[in-house]
Amino acid sequence: MRPAVKFLSDELMNQIKEEAIHVLCTLGVEIQNSDVISILVDHGAHLQADTNRVQLTEIMIQQTLKTVPNSFKLYDSYGNKTHDFSGNKVHFTPGSSALGFLDYQSNKIRKPVTEDYIHYVKVTNQLQHVASQSTAFVCSDVHEKVSDSYRLFLSLLYGYKPVVTGAFSIESFQIMKDLQVAVRGTEENLLNKPLTIFSCCPTSPLKWSDVATQNLVDCATFGIPVEIVPMPMAGFIAPVTLVGTLIQHTAEIVSGIVISQIIRPGTPILYGGSPAVFDVRFETTPMGAIETIMIDCANNEIGKSFKIPTQAYVGLSDAKQLDAQAGLETGIGITLAALSGINNLSNAGMHDFENCISLEKLVLDNEICGMILRMLDGIEPKEDFPVLPHFEELLKEKHLLISQHTRHYLKEEQYMPGPVIDRMNLSRWIEEGSLTLSERAHKEVEKHLKNDPPTKLSKDIKKDLISLMEKEVKKAGQNKLPFTFEQ
Amino acid sequence: MDIIKKISDYLQKGDDEKVFELTQQAIAQNIPPDEILNNGLIKGMDVIGDQFRNHEIFLPEVLLAARAMHAGMDQLNPLLSKAGIESKGKIIIGTVQGDLHDIGKRLVCIMLKGAGFEVIDLGTDVPAENFVEVAEKENAPVIGMSALLTTTMPAMKQVINMIKEKKLQNTIKTIVGGAPLSKQSAVEIGADAYGFDAANAVIRVKELIGVS
Repeated sequence: MRPAVKFLSDELMNQIKEEAIHVLCTLGVEIQNSDVISILVDHGAHLQADTNRVQLTEIMIQQTLKTVPNSFKLYDSYGNKTHDFSGNKVHFTPGSSALGFLDYQSNKIRKPVTEDYIHYVKVTNQLQHVASQSTAFVCSDVHEKVSDSYRLFLSLLYGYKPVVTGAFSIESFQIMKDLQVAVRGTEENLLNKPLTIFSCCPTSPLKWSDVATQNLVDCATFGIPVEIVPMPMAGFIAPVTLVGTLIQHTAEIVSGIVISQIIRPGTPILYGGSPAVFDVRFETTPMGAIETIMIDCANNEIGKSFKIPTQAYVGLSDAKQLDAQAGLETGIGITLAALSGINNLSNAGMHDFENCISLEKLVLDNEICGMILRMLDGIEPKEDFPVLPHFEELLKEKHLLISQHTRHYLKEEQYMPGPVIDRMNLSRWIEEGSLTLSERAHKEVEKHLKNDPPTKLSKDIKKDLISLMEKEVKKAGQNKLPFTFEQ
Repeated sequence: MDIIKKISDYLQKGDDEKVFELTQQAIAQNIPPDEILNNGLIKGMDVIGDQFRNHEIFLPEVLLAARAMHAGMDQLNPLLSKAGIESKGKIIIGTVQGDLHDIGKRLVCIMLKGAGFEVIDLGTDVPAENFVEVAEKENAPVIGMSALLTTTMPAMKQVINMIKEKKLQNTIKTIVGGAPLSKQSAVEIGADAYGFDAANAVIRVKELIGVS
């Protein structure tokens, strides 16, 4: 039995969904893209005079919800399947997109550069329990105009796992698609074996900017999977009550689903979000707040009721350091989110809300993810009935350390975290240097950086990627790439 | 109790209806408008500001007090203009070109108004020249710029450069804020100040103008 947690009764969930649809059909949603407005109006939506506010119809909402795939898969750069977004299968990815990087040596958060990103990809390559990369942070040593595509370029050049990403402008989509096609060979190959998921974010409350709308349209046009990620803030730009925020959240996601499915029925979607409560004491949006986590889990239940795979930014921490707060907020968040069955959890390595990536936190979070994946396997009998033979052996041998049963099932039954999570006794811990969690995590990071095997991408593909990015950087007015890349 | 003190007390309680009523009475009693403003409304807001900084109250209480302040100010403004008494200062504020995010800017506007400033909100996606033109036209001493995207930060530098080209840097100061910014990046682009949240922005603006 897979363990689970549930926050919404069926009755409450249905009320939330009905109310969200009512909001979309009466209040409508603001769309700052005239082409999409025309398309929606052609499909029966009503444009309020002298505004960009479009009232959807119940028919178009119900019809488009039906065409969203109930599942889809992702593939790595080599074409191997890595993700199956279906049912309650849980996958982890690093959080994104940060502007800060926690520097281990100085213990300060600073602006990241290309070398940090390459290190990040190399570490992520080797994280057993983190199934994808994300374009986790923005490099400060490239022109802002290419800050989005440059991350994807580095992820594809140095990494092999699929990438959760997103564009900051309308123009960036083209280069970001071209980079993917360079890896896959053709657009058709990319369509058949998706390599990325793009985040498309409506602006709360109930608004789609021109950039977000066009990104959504472009992804749908080329069949690139999309995670729709609203960011309502309960008590500020969303109702303070969790139910009220869920209604808004549902309306914002469904409006994106309508757009994507009208453009291309069958566009793969992750029903996602990065909601938060608004902390009126500090004007912040705590990702570690228990209410934030609850909204994510409940939102997932709503998405699952629509039979759509789900996503959430959950299990991040608001801590500025790799400290107890970082551990507890990530631990609680990931546990609840996984029990809830969220299919793609965006969190690993991230703290200071969504502003900072730490390689040391990344390796710690990998071990937490391992613990959670073990939890999801539940408690199942494994040759436990009848139990008497085991006890007879135990009484005879005085232990079961090397019994057949133990040897057969030990690795399956017990997840063994480490070396970041420490389980030594005190004396051994002292003898081995009394290393703190940060020190152990940093050692693990250094080990990964030393051991990272080179990617199996062909030289030609690497050349194409570099050439595409060089041209893009020149277009932005920067003479050359800020780094000499291995080919 | 003295009516001016009552105005301050009810403002601190966030009772806009009572502040409106008491301000009307104070005006009817021929109390000078600048006395009602300074010893009633602003004094009340100063207490609110101290309590907020000491974490004794939070944003909602500040906003309620600001609303009460406006209830009083709306009646005083015509009288203050007539008497030649100006607001603490005009602030031109907007989200820079290419950026549609305005959550932080909204909070800053509310807090600045609550602190007695006249705020001209240019909205979002504001071209650089608009900031400078409006600031010149309104004789505003401060331009506040907000951005959420790293791609729109260069637009802030454009505004700052424009101010320098027009040799207005001594009369128009700039303050910036938003997620992609830091104190260091504000210095790098040549801004005069950086606000890390709305309350901090008010403190920095007061420093820029030289008011308490």
